Amino acid sequence: MTKVKGQSLHKQSNPLADATHQLKILAEGPFKNGDLPLFKERIHQSLGQPLVAKKLEILQINVGYMCNQVCDHCHVDAGPDRKEIMTRATMEQCLEVIKTTKAQTLDLTGGAPEMNPNFRWFVVAARKAGIQEIIVRSNLTIIRAHKKYHDLPDFFKQHNIHVVSSMPHWTKDKTDKQRGSGVFEASIEALKQLNAVGYGQPNSGLQLDLVYNPSGAFLPADQNDLEADFKQRLRSDFGIEFGQLFAITNLPISRFLDFLIASDNYQDYMYRLVDAYNPAAAQSVMCTNTLSVSWDGALYDCDFNQMLQLPVAGSVRHIAHYQESLMEGRKIKVSQHCYGCTAGAGSSCQGSVA
Amino acid sequence: MSYYDPKDLRKFKDITQWSEALGHKFFDYYNAVFQEGALTPREKSLIALAVAHTEMCPYCIDAYTEDGLKRGITKDEMMEAVHVGAAIKSGASLVHSVMMMNKVNKLDA
Ligand code: SF4
Ligand code: SF4
Repeated sequence: MTKVKGQSLHKQSNPLADATHQLKILAEGPFKNGDLPLFKERIHQSLGQPLVAKKLEILQINVGYMCNQVCDHCHVDAGPDRKEIMTRATMEQCLEVIKTTKAQTLDLTGGAPEMNPNFRWFVVAARKAGIQEIIVRSNLTIIRAHKKYHDLPDFFKQHNIHVVSSMPHWTKDKTDKQRGSGVFEASIEALKQLNAVGYGQPNSGLQLDLVYNPSGAFLPADQNDLEADFKQRLRSDFGIEFGQLFAITNLPISRFLDFLIASDNYQDYMYRLVDAYNPAAAQSVMCTNTLSVSWDGALYDCDFNQMLQLPVAGSVRHIAHYQESLMEGRKIKVSQHCYGCTAGAGSSCQGSVA
Repeated sequence: MSYYDPKDLRKFKDITQWSEALGHKFFDYYNAVFQEGALTPREKSLIALAVAHTEMCPYCIDAYTEDGLKRGITKDEMMEAVHVGAAIKSGASLVHSVMMMNKVNKLDA
């Protein structure tokens, strides 16, 4: 199937837009013929039991799949052509939960979360509801995309938002190849704007962290080594400051799965992930302390399971019926994509876990 | 079938099966060499890539190209490192031409 740049798999009616098809691929090949162990067996071996959720710490809400970018490896299959967007009514249901949850962190993601027309209203209301920390996963370029977004750094500052942004490399070539032409320059501009209002500056209390994910079919190197390189290069080349770098492994789903298959890297990549399985990382995969809410209010163990349409186990499957006590101890739905979370130093939305 | 099989790289660790003590000594040494020291792991990775080429070892080229990508090393940096290796290798050949010249000068009056 020929790939159209700038369109989601959904828009192209690519078979990989279908979650069932992706799950079928993940269950076949080396996992079917016994060359590689199934994730559920491997994790059982390390933990002595299936993977279960512990105490909720992070409520991650995906407010819509619309995005101003169409990055090559997006696990959301986001883009300007995706119309799934959280309504204000669903946001209100989320707020009821935010008011009572014991979780300390609200993590807003997308797509580009800022493109949801109720984004700012929701952030203000969530702050009022009293959650300790609010993270916004901002792709940076949105700040430069249109004048209505130019003041986002001030808005973030005003509400003490913890900004977490993708930055795949400190060079233009590598960044633009993965995220689209012009993305590097716009990202640098946005980072400068964030720095200018105090983000990433020592003692400002305004947190700005970057997310690195590899540009191809390989795992990230050590997070601290990468962070040192990013800091040095972004500082010397552009005078940019940031807090931490989170190194995230690409999971074999959606557009990254499409890339792996099209470039004949799928099988080797799965071997790589399984070979790098780290039992210590398996103890702390993010689904053990995170719950993911999709644009329509449905509940998932993580944003990846959301994209694979694997709903949480148990009777409560929608934010409207949420009961925190019922979520703890639930069995996590796993498949072979989960090996991406346990490879090497492990991977989560907060970077390495082991 | 070719002599080299990319899949064999995954089996490298298995060399300990036929000589456990020596195998482990080798891997301990190997891992210690690549730790951060006076040189950064990134610098060490580029040296390894250059040597992989001068040794013309397909497994090492495979491993250290991937290692470089993981570390965010760019194509330009990788190719420059390979040129350093190639320059030393060709220099090592060419510097021996002094022997040839000495010999000619001695024998051919
Ligand atoms: S910016 Fe993020 S959500 Fe948007 S396409 Fe890129 S990876 Fe996906
Ligand atoms: S992919 Fe999701 S469910 Fe699987 S281990 Fe990672 S966080 Fe948990």
